[in-house]
Amino acid sequence: MHIGVDVGGTNTDAALLDGNKVLSSIKSPTTDDVGLGVVGAIGQVMQQSGCKVSDISSVMIGTTQFTNAFVEGKKLVPVATFRAALPATRDVMPMVEFPPHLKKPIGDLSYLVSGGYEFDGRHIAPLDELAVAKGARDMKARGVNSVAVSSVFAPINDQMEKRMAEIILNEAPDAELTLSSEIGRVGLIERENATIMNASLAALSRTVVNAFRSALAELDITCPFYISQNDGTLMTAEFAEKYPVLTFASGPTNSMRGAAFLSGIEDGIVVDIGGTTSDVGVLKGGFPRESAISVDIGSVRTNFRMPDVLAIGLGGGSIVRGNSDNVRVGPDSVALNLTNKALVFGGDTLTSTDIAVAAGYADIGDKSLVSHLDPALVEAAVDCIHALIEDAVDRVKSSKGNVPVVLVGGGSVLLNRPIKGASEAIKPELSGVANAIGAGLAQVGGEVDRVYSYGDLGRDGALDHARKEATDRAVNAGASADTVSIVSIEEVPLTYLPAGAVRVKVKAIGDLGPQEHAA
Amino acid sequence: MSAINLDNLADFIRGTAILGTGGGGDPYIGRLMLQQELEKCGEIRLIDPDDVGDDIFTVTVACMGAPTVFGEKLPNATTAIEGIRRIEKEVGRSVNAIMPLEAGGVNATLPLTVAARMGLPVIDGDGMGRAFPEFQMTTFNICGVDCSPFVMSDDFGNTVLLETDSALRTETYGRAVCVKMGGIAQVASYAMTGEEARKSCVARTVSLAREIGQTVREARIAGEKDICDALVDYFETSNPPRFSQILFDGKVQDIVRETRDGWTHGQVFLEGLDEADGEMLITFRNEYSQATVNGKTVAIVPDLISVLDRETGEPITTETLRYGQRVKVLGVAALPVMRTREAVEIFGPRAFAIDEEFQSLETLAWGEAEAVG
Repeated sequence: MHIGVDVGGTNTDAALLDGNKVLSSIKSPTTDDVGLGVVGAIGQVMQQSGCKVSDISSVMIGTTQFTNAFVEGKKLVPVATFRAALPATRDVMPMVEFPPHLKKPIGDLSYLVSGGYEFDGRHIAPLDELAVAKGARDMKARGVNSVAVSSVFAPINDQMEKRMAEIILNEAPDAELTLSSEIGRVGLIERENATIMNASLAALSRTVVNAFRSALAELDITCPFYISQNDGTLMTAEFAEKYPVLTFASGPTNSMRGAAFLSGIEDGIVVDIGGTTSDVGVLKGGFPRESAISVDIGSVRTNFRMPDVLAIGLGGGSIVRGNSDNVRVGPDSVALNLTNKALVFGGDTLTSTDIAVAAGYADIGDKSLVSHLDPALVEAAVDCIHALIEDAVDRVKSSKGNVPVVLVGGGSVLLNRPIKGASEAIKPELSGVANAIGAGLAQVGGEVDRVYSYGDLGRDGALDHARKEATDRAVNAGASADTVSIVSIEEVPLTYLPAGAVRVKVKAIGDLGPQEHAA
Repeated sequence: MSAINLDNLADFIRGTAILGTGGGGDPYIGRLMLQQELEKCGEIRLIDPDDVGDDIFTVTVACMGAPTVFGEKLPNATTAIEGIRRIEKEVGRSVNAIMPLEAGGVNATLPLTVAARMGLPVIDGDGMGRAFPEFQMTTFNICGVDCSPFVMSDDFGNTVLLETDSALRTETYGRAVCVKMGGIAQVASYAMTGEEARKSCVARTVSLAREIGQTVREARIAGEKDICDALVDYFETSNPPRFSQILFDGKVQDIVRETRDGWTHGQVFLEGLDEADGEMLITFRNEYSQATVNGKTVAIVPDLISVLDRETGEPITTETLRYGQRVKVLGVAALPVMRTREAVEIFGPRAFAIDEEFQSLETLAWGEAEAVG
């Protein structure tokens, strides 16, 4: 049996899964001491189901703490950036666009050295190993321990970054390194930004992963535990400690994965309606579609993979204004104050929840408190709510045609009419804990994103290479080899270059392999 | 005298993206380069083309190569200066102002960074008035300014000088060198006197970009007027005024995209938000080149076609087009210097493989008689 836990900003949810069955699930408030909340949630869910510690084969945890910490600039450590690129790239130093509140804790110590690759794999310059060693000694003398390593076209060849890592560790054996080739895609600055973000979270990731470890130890749970990544696959706790940024936006991802699991819909659209906003995203083969564009995190641009989610200002607490001729719903919301502001709870604010109750398709609070509402206004607001969702559903679609829509989250009570553009609309049971269930689904993945020269390797040769590497990465991440399959291949020829330079993205996914219980 | 500084940088960058007319490359790296430079120098001075005196000797600066490579092996202002030095040596005259080659996209920013580094002013104009894919597609070329000596420089400060009989041949030879330089080259070309610059440039496109960005920002903050309407109002008052029109209001229904011979070819189909509005088809070849509504052409190169998010006014490039986007399509008239017979031959419809005569946005909107009158 697996336990999935979702540590959100407000709630910590847990679900106990046995294969394809959800045995029990609970929702509890997130505590300041995250470990305590996790202990509480797991403890409750086990107690509820009566299962024993020895029945648990793995625990999967989803968390938004790293995203929040970075955006707020809290609990970050100073980072030294090493970039192998000279004489290229000297006109944009690392961290140019980091805002002051992030530059303050992270600093802007950087060492640019000769090195890097051309798009076709040639060296720009040989790696200046002496300069790397000198930088590492300087960094150590300044008391900086967390390092971001980047080089030009590292997604084509990571050898230089690996060599830099060796040299830095030789000079500063305790240094904690993040390599850009492990994190980002083509686009030096965006990839380097993501690398620096990751390095700045080194201390927090240790603290958080240790808190999870102690929480499990306290419950005598000795099975391996995993952290969910933002593509819907798992990583080991050790890996998560090194690559916390891979959890960014894993909340919406887990919710979409959970929705797929609960509804049985692998390809469709998930609408997760919360209190203030709705997240709308596309499922492809049970996983969220990735964003094709760069994503800003805390106003810093990055290019690592993120789920493609459209957030709109509609939730259970959205404020309703106007009259039947001109009604508006949201985007502002009474948010956490729903239970004292909404009319059905005796409050003074007309919310979308009141409309659902007045329309007779939700039973929340005291419905007599909304019986005075003008039926025409209620009708208009119901139209408006459905139109907002229909519009969002249409925006995220990748082509014309009707697709299944899965509605999850507390606010899904707002909808009860057929949705335009949807072949069917499904509201699965247990949708309130879709996040925790999504976290508890045991699949691991590996991906490759690099530029190949089809002229040298041939298309088949290049694709074979990429497939094999993605598969190896999935197995290294814990997938059992016989279950790994390639789920996507994307080829993008580069413009303005001779035919043959092609950016290839391959992703492999497999089931979590046999696990060894810790002693 | 007007200037680009840290306060108006974001406006300028947004404007260059809109003038990119769907292509021109991501202005992100250019913005960072400029930001870093402006933090040191404070501001970059602009000279109005009307004030460009005969004492001025200027050269254009741009990057040649693949946008994907620009994002890794970033444009290099330091060696762009090497290229300028080589031109100075070749023609025996010192450069005392920098001229942008292109008003849209990533190439709108490099000349400013170079000028800042050299402590020189920038002439407020360019040779394209928008983004175009090739070096011969400039008003300088059309007005008879020689693009040679054409100096390409790499990150090592190596330079390659091309001296050819035509800008088109320079473009062809240059691409080959560019690949060997690693897919990106800094290019100094079209060295010219103040008089030549004054007569041949598309005027005030640096301030145009800044004002476009400012219009979008202010309309967003005020929240009262539609952003695209605000842009149409702005173009009526730009210097010089430009005719512009919202050509379509709709959503993206389908995109066909193909990369071949180093170009991104494709078409995007839009459906009107109101069914009566019919269907728009935009053809692109790196940039948007032709827009038709129900089969009738409503805008065609060299006039500008921009696809904007209908709520935020944010430009949507040929690479970021996606099904379901709600957009407004904005047509902006190119200045007269870009619409001469010679100009249309170099960067009119046929240069983009469209078998149609150029017709101005005004003619297409009002019919022949009114447009002429």
